[in-house]
This record gives sequence, C-alpha cells and structure tokens, in this order.
Amino acid sequence: MTTVLYDERVTELNNAKIAGEHLWLNPTDLSAATGWKLETEGLCKGDTCVRTQGAWVDAEGRVDVSAFAQYMGQPVTREASLDVWAFGESVNARRDSLHSLQAPEFTLPDLDGKMHSLSDYRGKKVFLFSWGSY
Amino acid sequence: MWQAIYEDLKDSGLEIIAVAFDTGGKAAVEASIRAEGCHERPDVLARLMGWSADLWARQAPPTYPCLIDEGHQLAETYGMVNVPQAVWIDEEGRMVRPPESAGTIDMVRHMNRETFEIADEPVVAGMAARSAYVEALKDWVKNGAASPYVLSADEARRRLRGLSEDEVLAANHVRLGRHLYAKGALEAAKHHFREASRLHPESWNYRRQSMMLDPESVGQLNAGPDFWAAVDTYSHLPYYPQADLSQA
Repeated sequence: MTTVLYDERVTELNNAKIAGEHLWLNPTDLSAATGWKLETEGLCKGDTCVRTQGAWVDAEGRVDVSAFAQYMGQPVTREASLDVWAFGESVNARRDSLHSLQAPEFTLPDLDGKMHSLSDYRGKKVFLFSWGSY
Repeated sequence: MWQAIYEDLKDSGLEIIAVAFDTGGKAAVEASIRAEGCHERPDVLARLMGWSADLWARQAPPTYPCLIDEGHQLAETYGMVNVPQAVWIDEEGRMVRPPESAGTIDMVRHMNRETFEIADEPVVAGMAARSAYVEALKDWVKNGAASPYVLSADEARRRLRGLSEDEVLAANHVRLGRHLYAKGALEAAKHHFREASRLHPESWNYRRQSMMLDPESVGQLNAGPDFWAAVDTYSHLPYYPQADLSQA
C-alpha cells in the first residue's frame, strides 16, 4: 500500500505504480490524494490549470505525480521502505503567502482536545508563541 | 510568566496563544507542564529565563489556550527556528513582527553544563533583554499601529525566514517524519528528522526534536551530551538570536 501526504491530506492507495523515483496515480487516486484533476485543459485545481507535459501521462492514463510536483517546484520526500510519499509547498507558494504578511491560518487542539483557529481571535491582538518540551 | 502578562493585558485586547511543537503529543506536553525537574531548581530557571523577580513571583497556570502542534506545522508555515519564538499578529490577522526570540538571549552558551548555573553578567543581560521585550509588547497593546515596535511591511518581510529550497525540503522531511512516528516507524522517523536538521541547520527545533523521539525520552528536557555536542558543533549559529527591538 502506498501512502501520500499532500497539503493536509493523508491518502492510502492500493493501485499506485512506483517506477524508480516516480509515483504514478490513476486520475481517481490523483484527485483523491492531491485535489488535482486530469481534464482536457491539463491538470486542474480550482481556477488553476497546468498544461499537461508529454511524459506526465502514461499509456494507461496514469499521471506522474512526482514529475508534476517537480515542475511545480514542490519538494518531494519519500520513505521507500514503507512506501510513503510527502509532497510539500513550493518556495514560490510559500514566499507569496508569507510576503502578504497575513498570518498563516491554523487549527490545532488544546490539551483538552478542543480545537482553536487563529481566525477565532480576529479583532484582537494576538501574541502567538511557541515552546517545546524537548 | 506569560500568564501574569496576560492578566495585565487581556482587558486591553491582547490574546495569548501558546503552541507546543511536540511530536510526542499531549503526553509529552503535559509531562513538561508538570516539569518536576524545573521546579526543583527554580532559582536556576529564573536566572536562565531572564524574568524579573516581580513576574517570576506571579507564576500561575495558563488560562490562555495552550495548543499542541505535533507536526511542527507552525514551525514550517511561520518559519520558526527555535522555541520560544513569538509572532505579533494585529486585529486584522497581519503579522506586525514576524517570528523572533521572545526576549531571550543566547544564555545556553553561558551555562555550566552540569549545574546549569550562569554567571551574574549574562543573567543581568538576559533580564534586560526580557524586560525590554515585555515593555515593547505592552507598548504595542497600548498604541497599536502607532507603536514604534510595529515593523514596516518591508522590514517585516526582510525578517521572514523559511523561504529557501533547503528549508522547504527540510519542512517536508519533518512532515514525513511526523507521519512515520505516528505510525510507529521510529527509526525511519528519526532518519527524516535528522535529514531536516542537516538541511536546515539553523533550526534548533528540528535538531532537538530529532534527538528526543525515543519513547523513553518524550517529555524530558534535553540537556544531555548530544545536545551539548550540537551546541558546540553549531557554535556559529546563534541559539537564540536576540530580538531586534530597534525602531524601524
């Protein structure tokens, strides 16, 4: 079984094809795991479409997710022994979001398991500080 | 101590949110809040942290939210390289001071490694830094955008971290490592935390967490030989770069 970490998604898949450093997914799995859909215009998510490059789609209609991520500038990290793949955010995407100076939204549990989002505190000044037990 | 500051400022519109980066989750965080080891040595800790006697005397359990970030998600999205670091976020959700040390100085390099004792001179410097930082925070709560400690957009952008290829790749290794840890694949998880640390040596968060993933060490304060070896190896990298409070 293959596990794909993408954005906040964790998806377990049974039909992935692994070839060397490349992960190939059929369009159904691709959509489930990444949110990108294979359409006639290319790979699309929301309003964004990226024209499909020749080698991205194989004869069986699978998409080379690794090559697509590389094209998009996303880091790809893999634990081959357990077949787990992590796809991260590109430097450009990070820069665009951080340079807006809009504080990135998050939702995290407190010690009682209650969820808190940064946006719950809109209208107040927030002093957000990190610490660790280690 | 943040609790005392919170009590003083919450009616003036300040909210405090604490986020613990801890792959060990709730158990590790609760163990740390109990922190028996620290309470045995309160004098040492007060000197290490640079809190004024007044604030130190007002220690109380936090009533502000204490959140757990097992995946170091905020370290990644905000570019935080150590703990404690803090971000100031205004009423519209805009960062007016990006992550920086929350008033701490590089005390770890002035510490006796067996007793944790520190000479008077760095302690005085540490208290001055902490106190200046707390005063700056109070100024912001009182004066908002007119506070001299609110950075211009250009200056705030200049101070952002976490935007290199290596840092983004390191964050991805951490994400994978966290997933593997949760699945019980401890050795594989450690490998990815170490990779993250290698790619992003400025991140003490990654380095320290990578040393502390073993179940028996979860929730312990890491001041063992490996930690001090890292402090020596990375002596060119500030452990706590001091917050730059110059008025932009």
